[in-house]
Amino acid sequence: MTTRLCILGLAVAGLLASVAVPASAADTITVASWGGTYQEAQTKAFFDPTAKDLGITIKQDTTNGLDDVRLQVTGNAVKWDITELGADECARGSKEGLFEKLDYNVIDKTGINPKLVHDDWVGISYTSVVLIYRTDVFGDKGPKTWADFWDVQKFPGRRALSGSQATETLSVAALAKGTPIDKVYPVDIDDALQSVDKIKGHIDAWWTSGAQAMQLVKDGEVDMASIWNGRAGTLKKSGAPVSFSFDQGVLTADCMVIPKGSKNKDLAMKALAKFVSPDLQANLPLYVDNGPANEKAFETGKIPPERIKDINSAPENVKKQVLQDPAFWRDTLVEATEKFNNLIQQ
Amino acid sequence: MSLASASLGHASRRDGAINADALRAHARREARGLFVLLSPGLFLVFAVIIVPIGWLFWLSLFDETGQLSAANYARFFEQASYIKTFVTTFKVAFTVTGACVLLGYPLAYMLSQLPRRATSICLIFVILPFWTSVLVRTYAWLVILQRKGLVNTWLMDLGVIGQPLPLANNFAGVVIGMTHIMLPFLVLPLYASMKAIDVDCLRAGMNLGASPAATFRQIFFPLSLPGLASGLVIVFVLCLGFFVTPALMGGGKVIMWAMRMEQTTSLYSNWGAGAALGVVLLAVTLALLGLFHWLLGARATGVWSRR
Repeated sequence: MTTRLCILGLAVAGLLASVAVPASAADTITVASWGGTYQEAQTKAFFDPTAKDLGITIKQDTTNGLDDVRLQVTGNAVKWDITELGADECARGSKEGLFEKLDYNVIDKTGINPKLVHDDWVGISYTSVVLIYRTDVFGDKGPKTWADFWDVQKFPGRRALSGSQATETLSVAALAKGTPIDKVYPVDIDDALQSVDKIKGHIDAWWTSGAQAMQLVKDGEVDMASIWNGRAGTLKKSGAPVSFSFDQGVLTADCMVIPKGSKNKDLAMKALAKFVSPDLQANLPLYVDNGPANEKAFETGKIPPERIKDINSAPENVKKQVLQDPAFWRDTLVEATEKFNNLIQQ
Repeated sequence: MSLASASLGHASRRDGAINADALRAHARREARGLFVLLSPGLFLVFAVIIVPIGWLFWLSLFDETGQLSAANYARFFEQASYIKTFVTTFKVAFTVTGACVLLGYPLAYMLSQLPRRATSICLIFVILPFWTSVLVRTYAWLVILQRKGLVNTWLMDLGVIGQPLPLANNFAGVVIGMTHIMLPFLVLPLYASMKAIDVDCLRAGMNLGASPAATFRQIFFPLSLPGLASGLVIVFVLCLGFFVTPALMGGGKVIMWAMRMEQTTSLYSNWGAGAALGVVLLAVTLALLGLFHWLLGARATGVWSRR
């Protein structure tokens, strides 16, 4: 009798297990981000805790940006449930109708800058474009403002700016003309291009990737450059003789979206709600220099006070920087980029 | 007698005609058989090459709103940077091909003259870089050529130069890096064709009183030309579509066509914008192959030779 019960029990357990397996396969979502140390930090800060909380599996992939999403959505082969993009890419993709609408009954948007909360995309983190210079060349008297960077008499030396991110270079070009940080947007593109025209003869490299910007500064190929703060922080930590600050930085947001046609939309919504929650947002600066998009993260007490000054989206650092406006670039990017390319390519 | 021979001639002509018909029928049968054998390959070529290229061409005719238009092609003339990129691409391709010929011809000649064992050792050194990733090799050149790189540091320490030479992040850097990568593509076909030159021809020339220089100029060099031509075409065409090395060594100042495709594809919301660049590159490459074919003869471009 007992053996029979045992067998029955085992059979029931087996049956349950066989039912449970496909159920758990459905509880899997795929999230794509930029890879590298940034995505490793996101894994620890966002993905692992969310997977544990919701009892789901989060698979990861890497993205090249908006064209990847466009390819999946227009080709009817969506393999990602959530993907990260630059905020201006989110704004453009939204115009093209590439994303699912977000449900703000599930996602709590309090604490996120309203400019980064939209029907179908939401801010996730910040990167800053900062001015970095080598202290073995300038000591501590290096160029501190973009006007200094443009001043080739006072600060002779080799220079690099971003050639691939016209949005960022045009923003710093506007700052170099003396535009106050709260007046940079909307950018007067022709004016900013004139400013780029003044410096272009002194630019030794137009970088096209974060890694390249870092390599140029690290190897002393250039003495000063525009660079993403995450890369700048890595350089400094590795002991390179460099200095940078958030003064006149250009704060650019990253965002997350659910590509249109995602097969696990509802689950993705719940996961995204976790990612932008103050509790998990506060984890991010523990692993990487990219600041949280939700300013409530700074009120959780999770971030050590001595760390706060190094975080680009900390309230006191935000005040020193220009917030890049994704809506502005949504409408002007193509034209501005073409004009920018015409100018910098001799 | 004459009648008999005439009828005999007539008969043999008829027999010949029958024979020729049979031969033709046989040839047709064989051709059909070969075609059937070939059809899986042809189908593959059609499915993975012809159809996608046709599709690319089709896509390039639509603008961002999905309307049939020439906007993607008009852009090349409206925006100055596209023409500049086009010119740069050809400048780089010509310079690199030239450098490869200057370096590669003597190298291939030396390889063809060395004893067998020495040749195989030297050939390993030519082929070895092939097995290393292009990315790794390009970064290595950056380490060697940049402002504080090996070359500049050594030359400055030796007092040869006072200022670092601008060797990286510019046109020179791109040409050096690409020449290194392209060299085996020139040397290998050239070496093969030099190896196939009959030594007796050279001996005959010497025997008839030609100096070694004259033998080289009048016999060896012309016989090596087909190999040189095919190497040249391979290098030039590969250069036109090159991406990695100019992207890393050009410092953003040397923009080649392939880099432009990547930029344009991510900038515009329609695939047509990038597709148009692809179509232009393909058309220009085919036109150039045609030109080479006409200039250098069938053997250089192989694809159209009837053999």
